[in-house]
Amino acid sequence: MLLSRFEYAAARTVEEAVSRWGESPGAAYLAGGTDLLTQMRIGKRAPRLLIDIKRIDDLSAIRERTNGDLSIGAAVPLAAIAEHPIVRERYPLLAECCTRVGARPLRSRATMIGNICNASPAADTAVALLALDAEAAACGPSGSRAIRIADFFTGPGETSLLPGELVTEVVLPLAASGWRGAYFRLSRRRGMDLATVGVLVARSNGEDPGRHRVALASVAPTPLRVPEAEACLDRNGAAAAPRAAEIAREACRPITDLRGTAAYRREMVGVLVRRGAAALDRRTK
Amino acid sequence: MTEHTITLRVNGLEESRTVPSNQTLLSFLRDTLDLTGAKEGCGEGECGSCIVLVDDKPVNSCLMLAVEADGCSVTTIEGIGDASRLHPLQSAFLAHTAVQCGFCTPGMILAGLALLRENPSPTEAEIRSALSGNLCRCTGYRQIIDAVLAAAAAMRGEAARAPEEKTG
Repeated sequence: MLLSRFEYAAARTVEEAVSRWGESPGAAYLAGGTDLLTQMRIGKRAPRLLIDIKRIDDLSAIRERTNGDLSIGAAVPLAAIAEHPIVRERYPLLAECCTRVGARPLRSRATMIGNICNASPAADTAVALLALDAEAAACGPSGSRAIRIADFFTGPGETSLLPGELVTEVVLPLAASGWRGAYFRLSRRRGMDLATVGVLVARSNGEDPGRHRVALASVAPTPLRVPEAEACLDRNGAAAAPRAAEIAREACRPITDLRGTAAYRREMVGVLVRRGAAALDRRTK
Repeated sequence: MTEHTITLRVNGLEESRTVPSNQTLLSFLRDTLDLTGAKEGCGEGECGSCIVLVDDKPVNSCLMLAVEADGCSVTTIEGIGDASRLHPLQSAFLAHTAVQCGFCTPGMILAGLALLRENPSPTEAEIRSALSGNLCRCTGYRQIIDAVLAAAAAMRGEAARAPEEKTG
């Protein structure tokens, strides 16, 4: 089956991609295409030009910077991120979240940066990037800038990106390499399905040891961190799990949809935060 | 609309064709090259009946444009065996009655092949995970998982267990 009509151009550099967008507003950047082509097929989006960014060498690599931070390019597929030795060693929570998206064939094409730009409230990689204090680099018609992942999501399918801005990479700080924990994810079936509820609970074993992170997926208009729940666990560890769970239940803003009711989601946020805190406790014993 | 000339290898043979921007790789394989093994089920990457290998990685060919495959190497079910010389996975699917209507089978076999190339000794859980993007409306999956386990053993050079021996 053919998709509706559009033009296609493969850019060789970021500058070329952005300048093509400038010549043809209404264009869309194409990375893995697993969300974009699906949305085009159902008529939700109808870009006149697809600007393929996968032939841009700079965007196709995972690179360690001289300061030890790790840069993941916009064209790197989820499978390659999950298999990367540095990601697995330093950021196992991100590797875990990357393997929870779709199924293996989808992850051959789908990219992490596409996952965050699609800005589903259920984005599995977003919770890990929030917990790891990641930062996105964007390049657009009016220049380049850095956007903290904490400031990236503004609503369902909405981000703080300006028209024509292309996310070129996401940078994971070296300082975040000590975060360990678990991502609990409920879905109707284990493969392919979007999360009904996702809860990540992590603790730092590296820089600033003993600090916690609590990040939620599928229970608010955007992926969400709950700093008050984190502070509660920071002060009292696993003993504070019931209180942290209560805070997270209050912080989430779930909706009822075909995957679950708002009441179920809220209840499960509490259950999974307690379970996550208990898992951290077992890990240190 | 723009057209693009692409050159790629399909099942080992070089093909050079002109394709419209909006043609999917699946449509290119089926409608242009007449390789109808890969099927369109959902057209949204949910069912896996369109899975082929692109540069040895399993992909949903319904969610990839033909123009994106320029320079790539594509393997379809037609490239891994034929009636006179079945691939061990194909033999195992027959031996285990893992084929009923057959619509999902090419995708199942290519997803299984991608797994076995990366991991020649997968556990049942690893097989279930690798095939979680493939839907089958007939078999209930048990026979398919058994077939992949048996094919893995055969490809490792171990004697294949007959399906009957597994009961009881």
